[in-house]
Amino acid sequence: MTDNKTLAERLRERGVSRRGFMKFCAATASMMALPPLMIPRIAAALEQARRPSVIWLSFQECTGCTESLTRSHAPTIEGLIFDHISLDYHHTLQAAAGDAAEHAREAAMQENEGEYLLVVDGSIPLKDDGIYSTIAGITNLSMLEDVAAGAAAIISVGTCAAFGGIPHANPNPTGAVGVSEIITDKPIVNVPGCPPIPTVITGVLAHYLTFGRLPELDSLNRPMVFFGQTIHDRCYRRPFYERGQFADTFDDEGARKGWCLFKLGCKGPTTYNACATAKWNDSVSFPIQAGHGCIGCSEPNFWDKGAFYEPLSAGRWGTPAALGAAVVAGAAIGLGSAALARKRQAEASEEKDI
Amino acid sequence: MSLLDFARGTALQWSLYIFVVGIIWRILGAALVMRRKDMSQARISGAERVKEGAMTILTRSVPPETFEKRIRFSHITGYLWHIGYFVVVLFFIPHILFIKSFLGFEWPGLPNPMILVIGAITLATLVALLVRRMTHPVLKLISTADDYISWLVAALPLITGYMVVARVGLHYETLLGLHVLSFCLLLIWFPFGKLMHVFFIFPSRYNVGAIFARRGVRV
Repeated sequence: MTDNKTLAERLRERGVSRRGFMKFCAATASMMALPPLMIPRIAAALEQARRPSVIWLSFQECTGCTESLTRSHAPTIEGLIFDHISLDYHHTLQAAAGDAAEHAREAAMQENEGEYLLVVDGSIPLKDDGIYSTIAGITNLSMLEDVAAGAAAIISVGTCAAFGGIPHANPNPTGAVGVSEIITDKPIVNVPGCPPIPTVITGVLAHYLTFGRLPELDSLNRPMVFFGQTIHDRCYRRPFYERGQFADTFDDEGARKGWCLFKLGCKGPTTYNACATAKWNDSVSFPIQAGHGCIGCSEPNFWDKGAFYEPLSAGRWGTPAALGAAVVAGAAIGLGSAALARKRQAEASEEKDI
Repeated sequence: MSLLDFARGTALQWSLYIFVVGIIWRILGAALVMRRKDMSQARISGAERVKEGAMTILTRSVPPETFEKRIRFSHITGYLWHIGYFVVVLFFIPHILFIKSFLGFEWPGLPNPMILVIGAITLATLVALLVRRMTHPVLKLISTADDYISWLVAALPLITGYMVVARVGLHYETLLGLHVLSFCLLLIWFPFGKLMHVFFIFPSRYNVGAIFARRGVRV
């Protein structure tokens, strides 16, 4: 539940120095592409920030998004920012269970009507009235509509909540969709990724705590500051792409030399995310640095966009049977038109002879 | 389905089918058409006719000395843009991977900056040829819609390719989708316009050379 301690008080309780806090503010400003002049403002805003109530709804998901945030690396100020919010409802993290958990959610909704943040991970099944996923006998659809009605804003964490994700993949047996296909009258921020980068999640929360509003978004409601550029644009292997130096297999000389993974199906050129800059595990690495191409997990319908190991420029040419049928059709039309032309030529020749 | 998925999936498949149907139709139609019997007495043997026909393919690839000065511009620019176009199509590595997805094999490519320079020269040459076509009184007179459409469908993949590289205005995947669609347009138009010369030019030269040789004339 909410209390009156500010973030500064909480950080001091956890032994975080003023210097460490200012470093976090500088990193946050840099991450969000804000000018250095904004650092004191971020610090002042965060120091005074009261715990906002957050209700976290987990629907058709794998808990990877929560795991990403809570188990990413040793505790950091980003983690403490997460601690700073009043997480009033979260299946995985809360101690309460059953009716008590649902009562906690209802109480938080009543106490913070119109002010709480709603965080959603997981997609929402719509097929057969949404019976494929229920919590306490309530369908995900019904719970989302109910909780979203009193929320100040919604943060869709992970590709499932943002765009439907893997449950939405063909043939989508549960009719899974993302939050924005159901809720249209609330500000929604999509933080896609399978899972999303922890610092991106906390960055959005830090932005909300600092400025009291959501960050600038792109056409898919993703924060521009994190999703404004492709992974390819910021990839440290990009020079190899330009030079035409590629790994042909995962264990050839090119792979060992760290050359571009485009030929091995890297989806970096069409994937908008901050993996190449923010990285994972306390900025240690990201999939491409670990030797595997990007699979484009933060993009809509990423699961249905062809094979992960097919180069992005590969065509889908159709079946040999269809191509064979085209050859036969071409031959039939060609022979027919030639026969017709010969007949006309013969008739014309006869007329001339007469 | 995104524009890129549509372009490199459904659109590519159907344009390939249209291309295949059209090419076979045109080639068979031309090959099987009735030819007038040559009543003249053959001056040379059949084997020599084949040799002369093959020679004509080569001799027609260089301008005759008499006209060299007059056709120098179109001769040089013609070679320039054709060679540039083939280098860009066949040696840009994403293009090689595109072709590999159809043929199943690949070959070494060139670094991107080199392709960009060659592509720019090719595009500039194409523009120069278009300007000449639109300003030269004779060329202007004999040009048909086919010439302009063929120019456009040949130039569009280059233009959209540069848009992809330079990220002009739209998202990369949207521009890439437009680039693939421009190639689909090229495939569709190919059999039905003057681009079909790719298939007809050498057989035509051979035929002319062989027919003339039969009558004792070397061209």
